[in-house]
Amino acid sequence: MKINSVKIISLLFFVLSAFYLYTAHQIQVFAFDEGAPFNAKTFPIYLGYAGMFFSGLKIVLPDQKPVEVDATHLEFKKTILLVLTIIVYGATILKVGFFLSTSLFLVFSYYFLGERRWKYIIIFSFPFVALFMYLLHGVLQVYLRDPLLKFIGIMG
Amino acid sequence: MIEGILIGLKTALSFQNLMMVMIGCFAGTIIGMLPGLGPMTAIALMIPITYGFDPATGLILMAGVYYGAVFGGSTSSILINAPGVPGTVATSFDGYPMAQQGKAGKALAIAAYSSFAGGTISAIFLLIAAPSLSKVSLSFRSPDYFGLMILGLTAVAAFSSKGNFLKAMMMCVLGLMLASVGQDTLSDIPRFTFNTMNLSDGISFVLVVMATFAMSEALTIIFKGNDPSKAAKQISLTDLGSIKVNKEETKQMAATIPRSSVLGFIIGVLPGAGATIASFLAYGMERNFVKNEEKEKFGKGSVQGLSAPETANNAACSGSFVPLLTLGIPGSGTTAVMLGALLGFGIQPGPRLYETNPEIFWSVIMSMYIGMVVLLILNLPLIPYIARILAVPRTFLIPMILFFSVTGIYLMSFNNFDIFLMIGIAVVATILRLYDFPMPPLILAFVLGGLMEENLRRSLLISDGSWSFLWDRPLTVCIMVSILLIVVWQIFSTFKSSKKIGMW
Repeated sequence: MKINSVKIISLLFFVLSAFYLYTAHQIQVFAFDEGAPFNAKTFPIYLGYAGMFFSGLKIVLPDQKPVEVDATHLEFKKTILLVLTIIVYGATILKVGFFLSTSLFLVFSYYFLGERRWKYIIIFSFPFVALFMYLLHGVLQVYLRDPLLKFIGIMG
Repeated sequence: MIEGILIGLKTALSFQNLMMVMIGCFAGTIIGMLPGLGPMTAIALMIPITYGFDPATGLILMAGVYYGAVFGGSTSSILINAPGVPGTVATSFDGYPMAQQGKAGKALAIAAYSSFAGGTISAIFLLIAAPSLSKVSLSFRSPDYFGLMILGLTAVAAFSSKGNFLKAMMMCVLGLMLASVGQDTLSDIPRFTFNTMNLSDGISFVLVVMATFAMSEALTIIFKGNDPSKAAKQISLTDLGSIKVNKEETKQMAATIPRSSVLGFIIGVLPGAGATIASFLAYGMERNFVKNEEKEKFGKGSVQGLSAPETANNAACSGSFVPLLTLGIPGSGTTAVMLGALLGFGIQPGPRLYETNPEIFWSVIMSMYIGMVVLLILNLPLIPYIARILAVPRTFLIPMILFFSVTGIYLMSFNNFDIFLMIGIAVVATILRLYDFPMPPLILAFVLGGLMEENLRRSLLISDGSWSFLWDRPLTVCIMVSILLIVVWQIFSTFKSSKKIGMW
């Protein structure tokens, strides 16, 4: 049996299923439901076993179609930077407000992905978000939380 | 039925719904055209918008997006040999060579006419089949539904995972696990919430779809370093040539369309098979039907080679609505997304939908037809302009997709936790995609999870905890035998290939 990334993922899935099964057994059901043919933990218990069964088979059996991923061609730096940018965006969207956080997210994302034409970066960030907000908030009456614009007095 | 058609037409032809079909088809075409982004992503991005409308309008919008995305997928297959969706891979076999010969406009027109004809014929089949099947499915009981759901999951895992059955089954289980998070529907007991209030209502369907499709597809494009705009530069997107189809070509199409439509519709109805298998089978079937001299042209720009898969994939799209509308069980990832959206509207598709919400049932069927017409008269002349979108650099495209994904969740919950959960699921999904773990089974399982548990609960309670409900009725036995055959066959073929490799 060759150890490859798919086997490692399957092993992790096996561990996840085992943990899920353990947690399913820990679900507190009502006393009168304990011996019932079906209670809140019945289905999750079956799922735990199913997960262990399929991932176990995947670990034991060789791959029908082994996946070759050439790590040298993967864009780790860009992807990690992009994910970090989304995390910061997610963390600030409520506190800083939709307009500023979204515009900055777009500016940084364009830049991290290699865009250097500042004219387009600016057009497709601040004015674009303002137009999007106008359509959503002004035309479609969809509520958008933006403490910053509210503080300045632009949004009601 | 006539009354139903009139109700459907009245609803579908209202100004708002007509606009939605047009917007849906247009937006779907643009999104579907971008390589890597398929109908599921297109629909996922639309879900937050649909919640602002009534269910009929929302579903009409999504149906428009679906057809538009399939049509858009053909466009990128023909113009840049990069199918936007797997269902249009077969289109590129003859569509791209035709475009290379300077007949890109003609290839697009043949694809559009074939799609229209395939979609129209299968919409008529749907019109006839859906009400009859709805009546039959009223006799289905909980064990049958439970069995059908497992059959749907195993069939999707077996047919759509390209030989990765075990990986697909793991994804099914993962989808069901995610669906089990939150309070139990009957007893309100919290499960897998880890004492977090944020998880007590469970994980939102939109969040899972956005994370596993829109966001993870965008991240995958970056991670793998694919640049769709580079491929677009290979062919002139400004001069596509004439879109006129001559008599000879029309004659060839007229022979191909009926048989490919029937095949596509039947394949579409089957759970798990869908547009991809339908298009490949239609291509293969057409190759066997034509004369030897025409056979030589296949792969080099054959009209029939292009028309057959295009007809079949659209026919399969309509066919896939049959199990969704009549049984409430989606047969594909895309219809699973639609089911999730419908459940979000508080509507349970199934045999009762025909009686309780006839306007939804019929308007969806009628709007499919209207969608076809819109695609033909609106999108075809606009293709030379829409095609330029293929040249939008990924440096702008990817951040936009990510922005729409995060905004979709933000507008629904105004909650940081949901955004972080979405990012987490998207990162995991990106890694899983890299190693060919399919995502449609996960979505299908996530949508069916609650219904499956409910039907199993009812079956077990009725039979007092005995599993005999699985073989009490002939219908349930048939379903269970089908499941068993699929699982055993798939595992057996894995063992067989293992022996070939020399591992056993």
